[in-house]
Amino acid sequence: MISVTNICKSFHGKEVLKGVSLDILEGETLAIIGRSGSGKSVLMKHIIGLLQPDSGTVTVDGININNVSYAELRSIRQHFGVLFQGGALFDSMNAFDNVAFPLRTFTSMSEKEVSNVVKNCLDMVELPDVGKKLPSELSGGMQKRVALARAVALRPRYVLYDEPTSGLDPETSNTIDELIQSLADQLNVTSIVITHDMHSVLNVADKAAFVHEGRMQWTGTIPELHASEDRILKRFVKANEYLIGV
Amino acid sequence: MIAVTKKLLLNPFQALGRYSQLLFKAFGAVPEFGTYKKNLWEQMVRIGVDSMPIVMLAAAFSGAVTTVQTSYQLVSPLIPRSIIGSIVVPSMVLELGAVVTGFILAGRVGARIAAELGTMRVTEQIDALEAMGLNSIGYLIVPRVIAGIVMFPILYIAACFVGIGGGMLVGHMGGFVPMGEFVDGAREFFQPFDPIFGIIKSLVFGFIITSISCFMGYYTKGGAEGVGRATTQAAVASCVFLLIADLILAATLL
Repeated sequence: MISVTNICKSFHGKEVLKGVSLDILEGETLAIIGRSGSGKSVLMKHIIGLLQPDSGTVTVDGININNVSYAELRSIRQHFGVLFQGGALFDSMNAFDNVAFPLRTFTSMSEKEVSNVVKNCLDMVELPDVGKKLPSELSGGMQKRVALARAVALRPRYVLYDEPTSGLDPETSNTIDELIQSLADQLNVTSIVITHDMHSVLNVADKAAFVHEGRMQWTGTIPELHASEDRILKRFVKANEYLIGV
Repeated sequence: MIAVTKKLLLNPFQALGRYSQLLFKAFGAVPEFGTYKKNLWEQMVRIGVDSMPIVMLAAAFSGAVTTVQTSYQLVSPLIPRSIIGSIVVPSMVLELGAVVTGFILAGRVGARIAAELGTMRVTEQIDALEAMGLNSIGYLIVPRVIAGIVMFPILYIAACFVGIGGGMLVGHMGGFVPMGEFVDGAREFFQPFDPIFGIIKSLVFGFIITSISCFMGYYTKGGAEGVGRATTQAAVASCVFLLIADLILAATLL
């Protein structure tokens, strides 16, 4: 379980997070939604300890990650898989080596075992034949799928998705959504999806948390989202041109 | 106005503080050799082996030009021609071998390191390494700095040999000084500490160029423009600090 308690964060005097609290339960898929610049990605970076809050705490399985050594933090991070907004694949490596990278770095697997796991992961994201291609030879959607394969290669307990469908066409977005769902089912992972794409939220999430101007404006299940009377949340949903319930 | 002045005055100290912090973290990551040994080998090839042709070319021409200019300035029946060897060789060993190699590496290697790490920063590849649980400083910076420290002296030694060879060849072929006299002159004024000084200098230069470039690249901000800025700053700052270190080492060790 991940608990975010009252975290505040400022950059150069500008408050980005103003006391955000959130609980993410084991096995659930939570979507963190909000407008661009509302602090979603900053919140995600706090969850894996890439940023330190000015105040407040983040606990992962009961361990306050803001109060541990760098070595301990790194070992906690190995329970996470992260899909970054642009994929963040290593340019100098082909798709196979990108997926193999965490396996070669953190496990003592033989090259044959690594190869089998990589093939499974690439099959899982429906890209079995791209192993030899460099990231620059892949489309945006394919890069995200390879990055997803890399994120789950070590079978993490938590997977974080930062804007997984941004910049993708609707069909590819659907494919990514289906992958998120199937990975959550197959691997029984806890998923945190940062997005402003309501279509994606309704496709994949069990719960949603709405961040507005650095504050946690609303949290609830998807049926509760449909019924919510929160004015700001309703405006955000409407702006997504999605009519809930229709 | 006060804020701008304060910023201008504080920025160099802030940068120095962050640079020292980065180095401290990098030294802390040295024991994790297992995670970056493959990367270290790659960097040694890129920094050392790949730079060899351009360093050789520059060194050969530096030696040749020094020979021609020395003979032009000292042409007199009263001065023995062997003096050319006794000027060209210490010039290469004490100064030109290390400084020419340093400037080339600052441009070639420094800019590449800053662009590479800068791009990794703005495309979140460094965040991805950290998010996996890897020490990004250990993985990216330590191998580059070690490779610089190891390969620079090798490039320096090669530059000295090629530079002296180039000077000797041009002196002989151009009729400025026969090879035998060139060698006699070089032997007459040879100081055993000179090559040791050159190697000490090249170790320091290797550290300066790679560590400054890594620092500029690792903390890049602001997309493609930021990468461009970091690349330029890395090359310029490496050259400036290389010259400062050159003077300090000469003043303290010679």
